[in-house]
Amino acid sequence: MFLAQSSPYLQPGLNVSKMMRVVTLLMMPGILTATYVFGYGVLVNILLAIVFALSFEAIILYLRKRPVKVYINDNSALLTAVIIGVALPPLAPWWLTFVGVFFAIVVAKQLYGGIGYNTFNPAMVAYAILLVSFPAQMTTYWQTPTMLLSQVDGQTLSLLETVQFQLFSQLPANVTMDALTSASPLGIVRTSVLSGAATIGEIDAQGNAFGVLGGIGTEWVNLAFLAGGLFMLRKDLISWHIPISLLAMLGFLSLLLGSFELDSNPSPIFHLFSGATMLGAFFIATDPITAATTPKGRIFYGAGIGALIYIIRTWGGYPDAIAFSVLLMNMCVPLLDYYTQPRVYGHKAENNDQEQS
Amino acid sequence: MKHTINNNQTQQSITESIKGGLYKLWSFPGGIKLPGNKSQSNHQPITSAKTARQLVIPLTQHIGQAAEPVVQVGDKVLKGQILGHAHGIISAPVHASGSGVVTAIEERPIPHPSGLSALCVVIDTDGYEQWVECTPLISKSEANTADEQSITDLSNEEINSQIADAGIVGLGGALFPSAAKLHTAEKMHTETLIINAAECEPYITCDDVLMRYRPEEVILGILLIKKVVGAKKCLIGIEDNKPEAYKALLNTISGYTHTHKTTHTEPQIEIVPIPARYPAGGEKQLIQVLTGKEVPSRGLPMDIGIICQNVATAAAVYQAVYRGEPLIFRIVTITGGAIKVPQNMEVPIGTPIRDVLTQAGLNKDKIEKVIMGGPMMGFALPSIDIPVTKATNCLLITEKDELATPPPAMPCIRCACCSDSCPMSLLPQQMYWYAKSRELDKLQEYNIFDCIECGCCSYACPSNIPLVQYYRYAKNEISNEAEERNKADLARKRHEFREERLEKAKLTKAEAARLRKKKLAKKKAMDAEKAKQEEAKAASSDDKSDSKADEKSAAEKPDESADLIQEAISRAKIKKAQQQSQRRNTENLTEDQQKQIDEANERRSKNSQTE
Repeated sequence: MFLAQSSPYLQPGLNVSKMMRVVTLLMMPGILTATYVFGYGVLVNILLAIVFALSFEAIILYLRKRPVKVYINDNSALLTAVIIGVALPPLAPWWLTFVGVFFAIVVAKQLYGGIGYNTFNPAMVAYAILLVSFPAQMTTYWQTPTMLLSQVDGQTLSLLETVQFQLFSQLPANVTMDALTSASPLGIVRTSVLSGAATIGEIDAQGNAFGVLGGIGTEWVNLAFLAGGLFMLRKDLISWHIPISLLAMLGFLSLLLGSFELDSNPSPIFHLFSGATMLGAFFIATDPITAATTPKGRIFYGAGIGALIYIIRTWGGYPDAIAFSVLLMNMCVPLLDYYTQPRVYGHKAENNDQEQS
Repeated sequence: MKHTINNNQTQQSITESIKGGLYKLWSFPGGIKLPGNKSQSNHQPITSAKTARQLVIPLTQHIGQAAEPVVQVGDKVLKGQILGHAHGIISAPVHASGSGVVTAIEERPIPHPSGLSALCVVIDTDGYEQWVECTPLISKSEANTADEQSITDLSNEEINSQIADAGIVGLGGALFPSAAKLHTAEKMHTETLIINAAECEPYITCDDVLMRYRPEEVILGILLIKKVVGAKKCLIGIEDNKPEAYKALLNTISGYTHTHKTTHTEPQIEIVPIPARYPAGGEKQLIQVLTGKEVPSRGLPMDIGIICQNVATAAAVYQAVYRGEPLIFRIVTITGGAIKVPQNMEVPIGTPIRDVLTQAGLNKDKIEKVIMGGPMMGFALPSIDIPVTKATNCLLITEKDELATPPPAMPCIRCACCSDSCPMSLLPQQMYWYAKSRELDKLQEYNIFDCIECGCCSYACPSNIPLVQYYRYAKNEISNEAEERNKADLARKRHEFREERLEKAKLTKAEAARLRKKKLAKKKAMDAEKAKQEEAKAASSDDKSDSKADEKSAAEKPDESADLIQEAISRAKIKKAQQQSQRRNTENLTEDQQKQIDEANERRSKNSQTE
C-alpha cells in the first residue's frame, strides 16, 4: 500500500499563517511612518498589544482545548494586535490597550468560535468599544505630530519617557499633557468646520489641521499604508474590489456633497488621506473572515464602508468613522453574499432560480 | 517522422499568432497557474512496452455496460481478437492486446477510484505477437496517394461501425464510447468539432508526444471524426506550452492543404493556441475559451452544436480505419521523482503497471505515492499490481516531498481564494459549510452538481481544506438519498395501490350484499303482498283501509333501502375523492405513468359497473 489521499495532490505555497504574516509585514511602512510622525508611543502600543493578544489567545485556546501552538502560529492574533496598536492613540495608557485586546481576542474572536467564525472584525470591535467606553482617553492622547527627529516647537518624549508615561502615567517634570497632545485633524474639522464654527479657510490659516494632502501628519501615514496596500494588490494577497470601491465611494461622496459648500466641507483628498482611511481600506476592510466573499458583494461591501465613513465623519457623533463603518457592513455580509452570487457556468441569468428547483 | 524544430522559434510563432489575433479567444473565470512539470517526460520519442507475461484485461474500461465475454478459459486468442462484445447501446468491446491463452475470466482489482474489482479476462501471453486479420477501411497504398478523397469515399456508417468495433472510447478521461457519441452528434447536426489537445494537467505529456511524433495520425483521425459528425468547423485547442506539438500539427495540415488545394476552399481545421491556465483542458472551459459559449447546466456540448474529442481518440480512430487495429494500446506518461527515466510509453492494455514502471526504471525505495492521472484530478492507486487500462493516461510515481502532504486543515477564513479560482463560478466556501453540515438541499441550491472537481479550490485554499473531497462526498450522499427516496416512493405507491384495491373490493362486496338484500326485501314485500291479497281474497275485504296502509308501507320499504344504498355509495365516493387528493406520490407523474393509472382506473370502474 502506498500513501492514499484524495486529489488534488499539488499544494500551493500560500497558507493562512504566511498570509497573515506577510500582511503584517506590509503594515511596516505605515507603522514606521506613524512612529516617525507621532512618536514612540505607536511602537509601545503595538508591542503591548501583541503581548496581550498572544497571551489571551493562548489562554482561551487552552481553555477551549484547542491545539494552542497550531492556532497561535496562524498569526491572526498577531495581525489583530498590530492593527489595534496602530489604531489606538499613541499615548494611550496600557490598560486601554489591554481592555481593547481583551474585547478583540476574547470576546469578538474566541467567544464566537475562534478564527474563521467571528462575524465582526475583532480589532474594530475593540476600537468601537474603547471609543464608546473611554471617549476622553481615546481622543485626547493623540500626540501632536512632532516629527520625532525634527523636534519643531512642540515637546517630545523619548522612548523611555513614553514607556514610563504609558505604563505609569509619569510625565517628565517639564512636560505637560496639553503641550504634548492635540486634537486630530479630523477632530478639528468635526468640531469646528462641520458644526459651522469656522470655515475651512480659517482652520487652514491656523495651520494645525491641514497638511499638504490631508490631515497634518496623518497624510504621511496614509501614504505609507497606501504603498503597503498597493503592494498587497500586486502580490494578489487581497483582491482589488474592497479597497478600490471603498476609496472610490468615499472620494465620490466627498466630491459630490462637498462641492456644494466648499467652505465648510473638506476636499476628497482630505478624506482619503486623513485618519485611518488607507489603513482601513487596505488592511482592515479586507479582513477575509468578516468581509463579503463574492466579487459583486465585495464591491458593495467596500462602497458601503466608504459611504458610511463619509456619513459618520460628516454627520456622526465621532470623527473616527472606520470602526463603526466596518462593523456596520460586517452585519450586512451574509445578506450581501446571498444576493450577489455569481452566475454559475451554464446557467442563464434570468431563470437561475427555476433551474435550481 | 522526425521533427527538429527550434524551440524558441516556435514559441515565438505561437505568441505571435495569439497576439496577432488569428483567432479570437475568450476566457474562463478563475483557474490557476500551475507548475508544468512536463519537460521531464516529453523530450524523447514514444517507447514501446515489452510484452508482459500476463495481461489482465478488464471488461469494463468505459462508461456504460460491461462488455460480454465471448471467449472461454482455455481459448487461444490472437492479438487484436475480440474478448468481449459491446453489451447495450452505451458500451464498447474489448480486445486482446497480445496473443496467448485465456487462463481465467474472473474478478481482479482494476485501477478505479472506488478501488473495487471488476471482471477481467486474463491472458497468459505466448510471445508470438500473432495478430488477427485486420481489415482496414483504407489501405495504406490508397492512403498515401489521396487521403482526403479516400475519406470522402467512405460512408459515415462504415466509419462509425469500424470505430465501434475497435472499442474506441474517449481517451481524454471520460471513457465514453466514441461511436455512440459520434452517432448522436451526427443526428443532432453538430456544427463544430473541438479537438482537445490542451493537456492542462501538470506532468502529463502523452497527448503532447502523440502530436509531436504522430501528427499525421492525429490529423487524419480528426478528418475522419469530422466527416462522421458532419461538422462544418474544426478547432484544435492546444495550450501554448506545447510549441513543438503545435508546429508539428501545423506542418501536417499545411502539407495537406498544399496537396489538396482544390478540395477545400476554406481552412478545414484550425489549430488554436490557448493560454496555459489550469483547467483550460476541461471540456466546458475549452469550449468557453474557443467559442465564448457555455454548455448549459446538466446539458451536453451537443446542445449548443459542439462536440469535443481528445487527440488520442482521433489517433485511435485513425488506427481503426487505416490499419484496422482495435484499441489495444495507449500512450502512457510515466513520470515522477521515483522514475529514473521519465518517458511516454505505448503500452498494451492489460499490462501490469509494475511491468511498465520497471521498464521505465522504478526507484522502489523512493516511492511515496502512485497516482494514475495528473496531480490535480488523478487518484492514488493502492498497488502497482493492477493493469493499465484505456483510462490510464499517466502514471505519476512521486518521491517523498515531491507533492507536499498537506498539513492538517485549518478553519475556513472565508478568504474566497476558492471562489476566485473556481472556473465554474461556484461558491466553494458556501458549499463547504453545507457539505460539512450535510445540508444536501442547500448544496443543490448552490449548484454542487455543476462542480467539475478540477481541484482549483483545494489547491488555492490557504487553510488546506480538502474542499473537493467534501464535494465528492456530498454528491455521493445526494445521489444515494435520491435513490433511497425513489425506492421509498415506489414502495409507498405499491402499498397505496394495494390499499385502494382492497377498499374497492370491500366496497363492491358491500354493494353486492346490499343489492342482494334489496332483492330479498322486494321479494319479501311481493310475497307479503301476495299473501295479503290472498288473505284479502280469502277474508273477502273486511277492512279495506288497513290493507291499504299495509300495502303502502310495503311499497315504501324497497325505496327506502335503495336510498340508503345511494347514500352509502356517495359517501364512499366522497371518501375516495378525499383519499385521492391526499395521495402525495401521485404528484409529479410522468405522462406515461399518468396514462397507465388512468387506464387502470377506467378498468376498475368498468369492473365495478359490470358487477
